[in-house]
Amino acid sequence: MDQDFNLEIISPEKILLKDKVKSVIIPSYEGEMTILPDHIPLITFLRPGITKVFGSKEVKYFLEEGTVEFSNNTLIILSSTIIPIDLLTGEKVSKMVEESKSQLSKNQLDDKMRYIISHKLDSLSKINQ
Amino acid sequence: MPSLDDLRKRISSVKSTQKITKAMKMVAAAKLRRAQEMAEKGRPYSDKMDFVIQNLSKAISDPSNAPKLLVGTGDDKTHLCVVMTADRGLCGGFNTNICKLAKNYFNEIIKTSKNLKIITVGTKGLDQLKRDYGKYIIKKINFKDKKKISFEDAEVIGKEIVKLFKNKEFDKCVIFFNKFKNVISQIPQKQQVIPAKKDDVSKKDEASSYEFEPEEDEILDDLLPKNISTQIYKAFLENSASEQGSRMTAMDNATRNAGDLVDRLTINYNRSRQAAITKELIEIISGAESL
Repeated sequence: MDQDFNLEIISPEKILLKDKVKSVIIPSYEGEMTILPDHIPLITFLRPGITKVFGSKEVKYFLEEGTVEFSNNTLIILSSTIIPIDLLTGEKVSKMVEESKSQLSKNQLDDKMRYIISHKLDSLSKINQ
Repeated sequence: MPSLDDLRKRISSVKSTQKITKAMKMVAAAKLRRAQEMAEKGRPYSDKMDFVIQNLSKAISDPSNAPKLLVGTGDDKTHLCVVMTADRGLCGGFNTNICKLAKNYFNEIIKTSKNLKIITVGTKGLDQLKRDYGKYIIKKINFKDKKKISFEDAEVIGKEIVKLFKNKEFDKCVIFFNKFKNVISQIPQKQQVIPAKKDDVSKKDEASSYEFEPEEDEILDDLLPKNISTQIYKAFLENSASEQGSRMTAMDNATRNAGDLVDRLTINYNRSRQAAITKELIEIISGAESL
């Protein structure tokens, strides 16, 4: 397992990470997914969750949505709401939890939104631990 | 012939104008650095997004069922033009260049008797367009009271456009903005955002057939509106960098012109002063001689 592949994490403001990594775990819309070198070409989008990058060191990011493309051994993660977990302080997390809870208590949500928000709450609570 | 006093006043007035333009140049230079950095950092996101979508559109099996945002309505009747300009003036040809390009396009559309709808972003573009094309303008957006434009602001416009499209208000959407090349040259550009598919996509790398999760349509439904917001955000960033660059060059020129003017006026002033002294001397001497 000494194979590497290229990872690019890009937000509209800047390139967050561009590196060679061993594997990445992404919160894909239909469940968590581990990307290893020579994965088949893939396009998918993300639900709120935590992305784990295993490269020279382990890095975690929290994101709310995003698009992922894997081709030619290059993984591209596009997300406008991605933050490194170190920057998420307890205060920020509890504020986000509050917000999503109040959103969830409104009744006019459709199933898709409910699904997304509950995952957001879920992964936020994991950060808190 | 202006009197000495008039000349002195002119010189001091030009000098204070020069001070203002110099200060504006400095401010623009400082802002430019930030804006340029943001524009350059933002480029990969929109480029990659576009790349993914072009790949997706190649992979679509049944074009007739593909989302309308990607392949278009099949009609070409109504064009929506989003003209993005600055909220402030005094930046050289920046706003005029965008408007000129947009006007050419508008005239073409009107000539071929298609419908035209315009959204203006930024007040300067609105000022230039409202006289000739006022009746086509359906929405005016400006960010006068905002210091920095965030992705959320772009998203608001993007959603508005998607909503209009879903209501079948238009068939094609084009945005106009200035692409930032370097400090002295900004290129006005028009970019088609709806339909997102480009006609000249080459079909050669079919090898990259993707696995989709969930289904293609669902991904596209999610991705296409996001792409529009992204393209608009990119246009914002490019525009703000271009605006500052353009202002910097314009103000630099203005400062230099003011300097030239001061030099010329000073020479004039000195000459007239000397002429006045000579005249006085002649008067005194000829007066003394006649005694």
